Amino acid sequence: MVNKSSWFAPKEVPYICIENVTKRFGGFVAVDNVSLEIHRGELFSLLGPSGCGKTTLLRMLAGLETPSEGRILVDGQDTTNIPPYDRPVNMMFQSYALFPHMTVEKNVAFGLRQDNMPPHDIDARAKEMLELVQLMNFAKRKPAQLSGGQRQRVALARSLAKYPKLLLLDEPLAALDKKLREQTQFELMNIQEKTGVTFIVVTHDQEEAMTLSTRIAVMNDGVIRQVGTPSEVYEFPNTRYVADFVGSINLFEGDVTDSPDTEHVTIRSEEVAVEFKLDAFVELPIGAKVAVAIRPEKIAISKDKPEQEENICRGKVDEIAYQGSLSIYQVELPGGKLVRVTAPNLTRTAERPIDWDEEVWLCWGRHAGVVLSD
Amino acid sequence: MVNKTSFLPTLTLLFGFAFLYAPIVILIIFSFNAGKLVSVWAGFSTQWYGELLHNEQILRAAWVSIKIAVVNATIATILGTLGAYGLSRFGAFKGRTLFTGMMTAPLVMPDVITGLATLLLFVGIGWTRGMSTITIAHITFSLAFVAVIVRARVSALDQSLEEAAMDLGARPVKTFIVITIPMLAPALVAGWLLAFTLSLDDLVIASFVAGPGASTLPMVVFSKVRLGVSPEINALGTLIVLLVALCIAVAAWIFHRQEQERLRDQQAAERG
Amino acid sequence: MASSTPETGKAAGQSRRFGIPGRYLVISAPYVWLLLFFLAPFAIVFNISFSSAIIAQPPYTALFDWSTGLIPQIRGTLSGYGFLLSDELYAVAYLNSIKIALVSTMLCLMIGYPMAYGIARAPAARRNTLLMLVILPFWTSFLIRVYAWIGILKNNGVLNNALISLGLIDEPLPMMHNAFSVYVGIVYSYLPFMILPLYANLAKMDESLLEAAADLGCRPWKAFLFITLPLSFPGIIAGSMLVFIPAVGEFVIPALLGGPDTLMIGKVLWNEFFHNRDWPVASAVAIAMLVLLVAPIVIFQHYQAREDDN
Repeated sequence: MVNKSSWFAPKEVPYICIENVTKRFGGFVAVDNVSLEIHRGELFSLLGPSGCGKTTLLRMLAGLETPSEGRILVDGQDTTNIPPYDRPVNMMFQSYALFPHMTVEKNVAFGLRQDNMPPHDIDARAKEMLELVQLMNFAKRKPAQLSGGQRQRVALARSLAKYPKLLLLDEPLAALDKKLREQTQFELMNIQEKTGVTFIVVTHDQEEAMTLSTRIAVMNDGVIRQVGTPSEVYEFPNTRYVADFVGSINLFEGDVTDSPDTEHVTIRSEEVAVEFKLDAFVELPIGAKVAVAIRPEKIAISKDKPEQEENICRGKVDEIAYQGSLSIYQVELPGGKLVRVTAPNLTRTAERPIDWDEEVWLCWGRHAGVVLSD
Repeated sequence: MVNKTSFLPTLTLLFGFAFLYAPIVILIIFSFNAGKLVSVWAGFSTQWYGELLHNEQILRAAWVSIKIAVVNATIATILGTLGAYGLSRFGAFKGRTLFTGMMTAPLVMPDVITGLATLLLFVGIGWTRGMSTITIAHITFSLAFVAVIVRARVSALDQSLEEAAMDLGARPVKTFIVITIPMLAPALVAGWLLAFTLSLDDLVIASFVAGPGASTLPMVVFSKVRLGVSPEINALGTLIVLLVALCIAVAAWIFHRQEQERLRDQQAAERG
Repeated sequence: MASSTPETGKAAGQSRRFGIPGRYLVISAPYVWLLLFFLAPFAIVFNISFSSAIIAQPPYTALFDWSTGLIPQIRGTLSGYGFLLSDELYAVAYLNSIKIALVSTMLCLMIGYPMAYGIARAPAARRNTLLMLVILPFWTSFLIRVYAWIGILKNNGVLNNALISLGLIDEPLPMMHNAFSVYVGIVYSYLPFMILPLYANLAKMDESLLEAAADLGCRPWKAFLFITLPLSFPGIIAGSMLVFIPAVGEFVIPALLGGPDTLMIGKVLWNEFFHNRDWPVASAVAIAMLVLLVAPIVIFQHYQAREDDN
């Protein structure tokens, strides 16, 4: 485990404690013995493919599902058996779940009215929320008269209006198009910072999780595979699953051939006939079956033979995808394995551009790879 | 959480179904009553079924009703389907409002009004009354019911399937026949059966437009029951209930088997 | 087009079939049918209601006198309507029908709403079975199901016999040929018409709206009041109209279960037509009933169209 320590302040008592929570639907285990600790003010992401249990976990936090086992504490209070309408927790639904027969204003004020707040305070709070999401001019409209982005902001305003201790966001940006999504990501972070509310975001989009979050929990099959900051999860994935799910990765199967100490290791991969010399943390005996995982941007591609002696191999360019800021090369190694390499397009026109079917050299540094043993 | 509040609905469901089924159960029980009174039990007997099966008048009327119902259901399904398809796929066209009105008004129009109006039309144009007039009158209101069922299905259909067929070179008529109709099949069957039942069930409209020669089953039944209860009618009702129950059981079995097959195929596909 | 070869002409014609002419081809069959057999009859009823009765075959004076040429002379009279106003019977039947239909609709709503709600919230596997149970009686003969109530409600019927043998009553309760039996008959017959549109509405309601309400602090009963109930309004309207409109003109139920104090307009029309053979008065009754029903029918169609748009 690379990181089990808490976020920023290890001494602080966690704000949200999920303790050994399991949820079964009939014979199907949606969430399998999950434990998590989340701190006040965090923007925490649950990342995973659809059906991995992340939404079920979120719904248990909201009280919309009851855990089969385990308990959930919010700010020291056991909320496991508190019905959703009595929890200091609010949720922004994936579909937004805006009440179609109420105006924007009424939607935002709905939660406040349930608490029997004086009408004057309700108006003031609703106004404050609409200002926060910049929808002052749309207060009297019905949800059907709004654009997708506006609806998303109404949903956010409504769920924030009660000043919840914890805000749950179920795929908050999934319904928006790419351009709007990027813009809204920053708005969401801004609002989180301004309000100081703890956010838990469920998403299947790893880029979104990386951009937004203070920490990410990667889930699969109801189990949390890894918890860490975005860079920890990206640079130090602890399993093949995480390595593959977060970003793209090249995996080379091999055996440990030499391991003088826990910091240095040599791995021989037969499938590509290459020896990897890495500075990575491993405690494995010689002969252990492992995989070397190297991100595409950590492999250098060149037409001329690089100077280094180790961590180098030849290949033939199979496919090139030009993406503007960078190009993705798919290179075929002698054994037939395809390796993905990305290189920034630093100049507008390269003098000797790499072309299809060209022989190239690939090389990488000793810190480029991660050794995965699972 | 939401389910905790379902106590009241469950209770009313029980009460409601008891209310809906009690008369039918009692009707069936007393069809086997030996006595002539339908409310005092006088021992088990099947004599009323025997008498029913020898009642020429009822049998003749039943045959008339079935013939009308079959023709009605077939034509109403065709017309209703065309109308439903037009309404849900053609968007705005000239006279749409009137057409929508005429397609929905028969759903709620009281039978006495429809019956009287249709009769006056036939008298006005000098059409000889009989089975043909009953059939026409039945088609007119049945097609509206068929259209409701078909329309629900048409709007649920993925229009891109038809577009794909046309994109692959099928002409609109061909597309309608090889793509749309098969996908509408369950609704067409349901619509046909509904039209059949509506026709078989109608007393009022048939009474207005029937000529002296044609008496439908409900007309004969009505003339009998308005004179008081008759165990023969209980027997007839029991037979109808049995027939309907049988049809539904068969339909449910077929549906269940198809569903099982689909699930199996799906699982196999996911495994493979 | 005229100069094109037969092949291209045919192709153009075919491709246009998907355009406007093709549409009319599909629509025209049901359209013409309904114009002929649904709309035209109402025009005739309207006209005949202004003619006067003479005992003849057909028993009404020819409203259109075709002898004067293509433009018929309309010989109208208001005697049919005058008759309606002069005899108290009609006004009583008219008001009775409205009252009975209104109360029956309310009763159907009170029983049907919780039932539809219960079905819509039942586990998905059980939902279709429950729905089938609602529809099932509808497939068996309406006439015979109404008839079955006679055996239950009459003085020596099943219900009275049961109550007497249980010792709850000494004398049979008068449950037949009065308002009670008519209400039972109408509610019983039209309950499925209330449940089905309500179910369709409640079933398609987005469950996340209720979850959102709960999440925002709303207790289940309040969520029902503020979210479910207002959103099911179109279903309530559709169901109520499906019960109210035909109930106003109901004939079979008052004829079999009703008595002298439950005279309904449908039965009056029937009697005028079949017993008194007064077609103009019958037509006038039909038009009067139609006038009463125009508003509900328009409301029904309005909501129906709105449902279709969604």
